[in-house]
Amino acid sequence: MATVDIKKFQVNLNPTWCPGCGDYGLLRGLQTALAKLDLDPSEIVIVSGIGCSSNLPHFIKAYGYHSLHGRALPTAQGVKMVNPRLTVIAAGGDGDGYGIGVGHLVHACRRNIDITYIVMDNQIYGLTTGQTSPTSDVGSKTKTSPDGNYEYPLNPILLAISSGATFVARTFSGEPEHMADIIVKAIQHKGFALIDDISPCVTYNKKNTYQWFKERVYKLEDIGHDPYDINQAIQRATEWEDKIPIGIFYINPDKPSYDQLDPVIREGGMFAKPEITEDEKKEILNQFL
Amino acid sequence: MSGKQEVIIRIAGSAGDGIASVGDVLSKLASRSGLGVCAYNSYQSVIRGGFVWLQIRISNNKVFNHGDNPDILIPLNQSEYERHKDSVLPGGYIIYNEDKVKVSNKREDVNYIPLSMRALAPQEAKQPVMQNMLLLGAAVKILNLDKSILDDIIRKSFGKKGEEIANANINVINAGYNNVSTVSDFNLVKQDKKYYVITGNYSVAVGAALAGCKFYSAYPMTPATSILHWFVANAKKYGIVVKQAEDEIAAINMAIGAGFAGARAMTGTSGGGFSLMTEAIGSAGMTETPVVIVNSMRGGPSTGLPTKTEQGDLFQALGASQGEYPKAILAPKDPVSAFYMIAEAFNLAERYQIPVIFLIDFLLSNGYYGIQSDELDPSKIKIDRGEILEHVNGDGYLRYKVTETGVSPRVLPGTKGVYYVAATDEHDEDGVLISDIYTDEAKRKKMMDKRMRKMNYIVKDFPLPVVEGDSNPDVTLLGWGSTYGVIREVRELLQKEGIKVNHVHVEYIYPVKKEIADILSKSKKVISIENNYTSQYTKLLRMETGFDVQSKIVKYDGEPFTPLYLLKEVKRYL
Repeated sequence: MATVDIKKFQVNLNPTWCPGCGDYGLLRGLQTALAKLDLDPSEIVIVSGIGCSSNLPHFIKAYGYHSLHGRALPTAQGVKMVNPRLTVIAAGGDGDGYGIGVGHLVHACRRNIDITYIVMDNQIYGLTTGQTSPTSDVGSKTKTSPDGNYEYPLNPILLAISSGATFVARTFSGEPEHMADIIVKAIQHKGFALIDDISPCVTYNKKNTYQWFKERVYKLEDIGHDPYDINQAIQRATEWEDKIPIGIFYINPDKPSYDQLDPVIREGGMFAKPEITEDEKKEILNQFL
Repeated sequence: MSGKQEVIIRIAGSAGDGIASVGDVLSKLASRSGLGVCAYNSYQSVIRGGFVWLQIRISNNKVFNHGDNPDILIPLNQSEYERHKDSVLPGGYIIYNEDKVKVSNKREDVNYIPLSMRALAPQEAKQPVMQNMLLLGAAVKILNLDKSILDDIIRKSFGKKGEEIANANINVINAGYNNVSTVSDFNLVKQDKKYYVITGNYSVAVGAALAGCKFYSAYPMTPATSILHWFVANAKKYGIVVKQAEDEIAAINMAIGAGFAGARAMTGTSGGGFSLMTEAIGSAGMTETPVVIVNSMRGGPSTGLPTKTEQGDLFQALGASQGEYPKAILAPKDPVSAFYMIAEAFNLAERYQIPVIFLIDFLLSNGYYGIQSDELDPSKIKIDRGEILEHVNGDGYLRYKVTETGVSPRVLPGTKGVYYVAATDEHDEDGVLISDIYTDEAKRKKMMDKRMRKMNYIVKDFPLPVVEGDSNPDVTLLGWGSTYGVIREVRELLQKEGIKVNHVHVEYIYPVKKEIADILSKSKKVISIENNYTSQYTKLLRMETGFDVQSKIVKYDGEPFTPLYLLKEVKRYL
């Protein structure tokens, strides 16, 4: 592939993240993916929640909505439903998406609405200075688990597959090129795509470090994984701790997306019928005669 | 004209008895006869059983509330007969199925009309549930209403496919109609007036659609649910995106996303759902995103009284969300106001880029009101979308530019050449956060001032309250929202008694227009009337204007005010 110019998506603003934060890798990967897709920044809306990673929209040239904690997905769906011409990307962290906002995740998955959702998963609450998160490993010591975490972590890949998402992948901020290719495919996929991005927190997570991941990650495509086989996907999704797969776990190309099924969104959402005619106004009122 | 010019009919039974369908048919019969009508359904939060009654008031003139005690009672079972029999007005009627309801110790001042389903119902309509139609037929005869219109309503409601069921219904109605020989003195005269029969909820939905609403999201919650139903039924035809969300938090955030993207967006709920929405409502104030939130209030707190009315959420609306941000609160007095004011809610939301809270309540939401057709005029709905830039050059665009009015022109996503982030964190004019690295006090103050300045202009856009009655009053009755109809009638009754009284009804609630206090100051005595415990509007009025209402009437038992009840309450202060 020809060299891509990511300048189109860069802004003159330094990210607020700690040096070495995994979110830099995601930023780079996302900008590369958008450049590869040759999208115009005006056609993109990036919606985030609250947390370190949710500052992302400020660092990319595109329209952005930096919403409330846990509410990136409903806000993003609102944008997509009225203007399906836009490429809508939701982004945030594991606390935002798998903790406070997990209810919305389940429903966005089953709705299969055409949005790409990127979760920068560092298995810790960073912005609030290091508490356990829904994906913290058992035994992890944090400010709120001084004796080691004794809650079991949520498995976002399994959750997304079982909730009906039609594109489920994991990327690693230490592999931005691999990540960019997966984001390209996720955005091209017509339906709800979850990307769980391993984005190490260099300040508060002393267990799940870059080094820890580098020793464990492997690429699903290298072992001949078939992402169209849900059983294989579920099998691979259960792997963690010893070996951690990255790549595309699951694709369901057969399920139409919400925006293709909804009769108004299909016709352009708010552009489907901009005006109600005078005759139609009378017709509406005559419902009550 | 001699004889009674209006009638109040009460149908009482259990959920599942078909009370609502009798109410529906009677309302249509009245409106198609050119008569005024108002119906109130006092139902319970059960699908079958419970104690349910519907009251419908029909008149030769327009009707503004459902009235007090009934002229005609139709009890559908023994217990409801016992519960309501004493409420029937002297000279009134009790129409009942004698197979089911046993009457002893008859009142001498009431006419009893027993009918037997077993004996009278035709073979195809013997099901006990059809007794409502038998008794309806008898009522129509007593009321001297045109039965051919009724037959037409029944046929239309079942459609071509339901011809058999329609005939069965008509036959059982005929059985009731033909077996009543009583001659009553009701003098309801067919008039050459065209009436719509509409609920407050439908009025809100229709007004919104005609005002260009392109997105409605909601989670089902009584009493707001029928707004969602109307939108779903009409979405495809009129190009409105409708979403039943997973919860109210999703519903409001979806609406905010849609508003940000450039659609006129609305969400609707009741108090409990509104509580869940509040953080997001504040965020719309911060990101300056237009959105309309309908809160149809019911008895609270918590799950409270799911199917009963109350005006208890005014302070919740005022205090919705942490922090301070510009907002508007509107509360229409009746379905006519709801129709126009919901359009104005969108105009305010977009002109000032704010959340607008639209307060209605169970009574207005689900009551059926006869509205003369020329009262709902779509050509009077004006759309003002505020400042939206379609072409912008270069990087000089500031989404949150400081202006005199506090309003910064919007650019909608998809517009080429400009990009910005709308953030729920505090931010500068360009949208860049000032909350993280360094909170610049001067910038924070500048942005707060900019947003809050909008309030000065919103209040100027608000019209004065509705003022009716004596122009030089000794007594003023003060109300807001759905109590309009009942206060209006009480004001008329008092004027007939020679009392110099007027009625001030506030619909544009917040920000508070100071002129309201001036209007009230002209009266010797102001009496407030609210369907809540703490007279919330009077507190707001005092807080904002210093005007202190001394005489307060409140009602918080779940049921709305009725005219004679309220008249008695008002007289305690005279």
